[in-house]
Amino acid sequence: QEPQASGLPEYIKIVEVGPRDGLQNEKVIVPTDTKIELINQLSKTGLPAIEVTSFVSSKWVPQMADHKEVMRGIERHPGVQYPVLTPNLQGFHSAIAAGATEVSVFGAASESFSKMNINCSIEESIERFEEVTKSARNMNIPVRGYVSCALGCPYEGNVVPDKVAEVSKRLYSMGCYEISLGDTIGVGTPGSMKKMLEAVMKEIPLSALAVHCHDTYGQALANILTAIQMGVAVVDSSVAGLGGCPYAKGAAGNVATEDVIYMLNGLGISTGVNLCAVMEAGNFICTALNKKTNSKVAQASFST
Amino acid sequence: ATGAYPKRVKVVEVGPRDGLQNEKNVVPTPVKINLINMLSETGLQVIEATSFVSPKWVPQMADHTEVMQGINKLPGISYPVLTPNLKGFQAAVAAGAKEVSIFGAASELFTQKNINCSIEESLERFDEVLKAAREANIPVRGYVSCVLGCPYEGKISAAKVAEVSKKMYSMGCYEISLGDTIGVGTPGSMKEMLTAVMKEVPVGALAVHCHDTYGQALANILVALQMGVSVVDASVAGLGGCPYAQGASGNVATEDLVYMLNGLGIHTGVDLQKLMDTGTFICNALNRKTNSKVSQASCRL
Repeated sequence: QEPQASGLPEYIKIVEVGPRDGLQNEKVIVPTDTKIELINQLSKTGLPAIEVTSFVSSKWVPQMADHKEVMRGIERHPGVQYPVLTPNLQGFHSAIAAGATEVSVFGAASESFSKMNINCSIEESIERFEEVTKSARNMNIPVRGYVSCALGCPYEGNVVPDKVAEVSKRLYSMGCYEISLGDTIGVGTPGSMKKMLEAVMKEIPLSALAVHCHDTYGQALANILTAIQMGVAVVDSSVAGLGGCPYAKGAAGNVATEDVIYMLNGLGISTGVNLCAVMEAGNFICTALNKKTNSKVAQASFST
Repeated sequence: ATGAYPKRVKVVEVGPRDGLQNEKNVVPTPVKINLINMLSETGLQVIEATSFVSPKWVPQMADHTEVMQGINKLPGISYPVLTPNLKGFQAAVAAGAKEVSIFGAASELFTQKNINCSIEESLERFDEVLKAAREANIPVRGYVSCVLGCPYEGKISAAKVAEVSKKMYSMGCYEISLGDTIGVGTPGSMKEMLTAVMKEVPVGALAVHCHDTYGQALANILVALQMGVSVVDASVAGLGGCPYAQGASGNVATEDLVYMLNGLGIHTGVDLQKLMDTGTFICNALNRKTNSKVSQASCRL
């Protein structure tokens, strides 16, 4: 397969969000040692970026209460980025003190979601993030921006592509090096993905875009394929498909890293990631969580 | 590039046959009949009802005559049945079948293991069916298994798939359904395979039958649609595991397919809610959870 000839990117950067987004949405509180072991295993798979933890108040997100210990406890492999979530300046400082060298901020394309999730309007959240990006710039710390509800909102329903473009543009202009567009409730389809990306691509260079697809309606890989056909070359995913959907009990959440890599391998697209190694890390964390994997590739591979 | 999508897609529902055939529990005849009757109310135009094979080989389909005679056959809906040979064909027609399907494969080893003969021999058997069908004015759909990989041979050449498809099409099959039997295909191999097949068979006569064993089904279907394929097989609730990987999934779920097609603005005529209700019915009857993610998500909203 020749991805260049087919118009697809030659290389896609996989951003592994299992340890943060994945575990944050798992019911069982995971011991610090287990988190560290998971991240260390993931560091050996070739993944270029692993989202480690979140410097939020443990009152809101008990799963991430051990953010400092995790940050300090993990092995830092050369060539691998270990971003952490920082919702505000306080979290940012805490993250830096614990050794973080990259951070992420989380915006949304829906006012209702912003209010329900972080208790403020989109505009107010942007002001908070600007404090983070200012400090980050001074310290030469890269900041990744997330835009939630890019293809639909659990409260507002439909989300207008221009709104996604507007929020993305704000995050990009304040200094985020990359904007990850999240289909937070997984309602998107190749149709809505295309429309949304067309709007966002008018404001943000393609090379600064990533997609973060949830598989709640089984659409994730088809949506990711659509995005990479349009030239997007950064894809977020979660080992073993960790992380259910907080808005639909029992439903799936993050797309599984294994399944994404299987698809990209089949397309001849380079990722640098060893699929078997990811499956092993997935097996480790599922055993520790006492749950079945959400990765179909892992299910099939361990069955044969 | 994304290209234009077909405006309409014909969804071929294979749950009652391919789905149930790969379910462990034998399903009582009234449940099968009710399943098909419910599917008939969803707007689906094609529902594969059963298989006229020997019950010795496929006990799940032993009640093929009763099912065929028991279902409500709504006007405008086709109820094809599998017929592996002339004997099965005759039994099917006697039971009221108006359309039949035959199952070839792009792999010699798979054909040997599955139906105990070579590809060439299987085509000779099918030729008998096609001749009889032509005389009875009965349309015949041809399936080609293992188009993107074989559980025994591994990689399958696109040229081989094209060759078998061409033969079945020229023998008189009105449509060729290309099956990724073990779900190993990806958009890459799907594109390569279709490119080869489309040189030999018009795209209007092609269908894809994708398994979701590796989670690739909808992405593979998307690529097929982009290349002009407008007939897609699927199974309500994603019924039917994979016989080659215990516990792994099999057929793609019709609900998830229709959700995607709706999102693309592609017309199917299928009512997603009625489809989900049918999936709920059969899963309850089978005492199992649905494999459809749309169904899983929707139940809780």
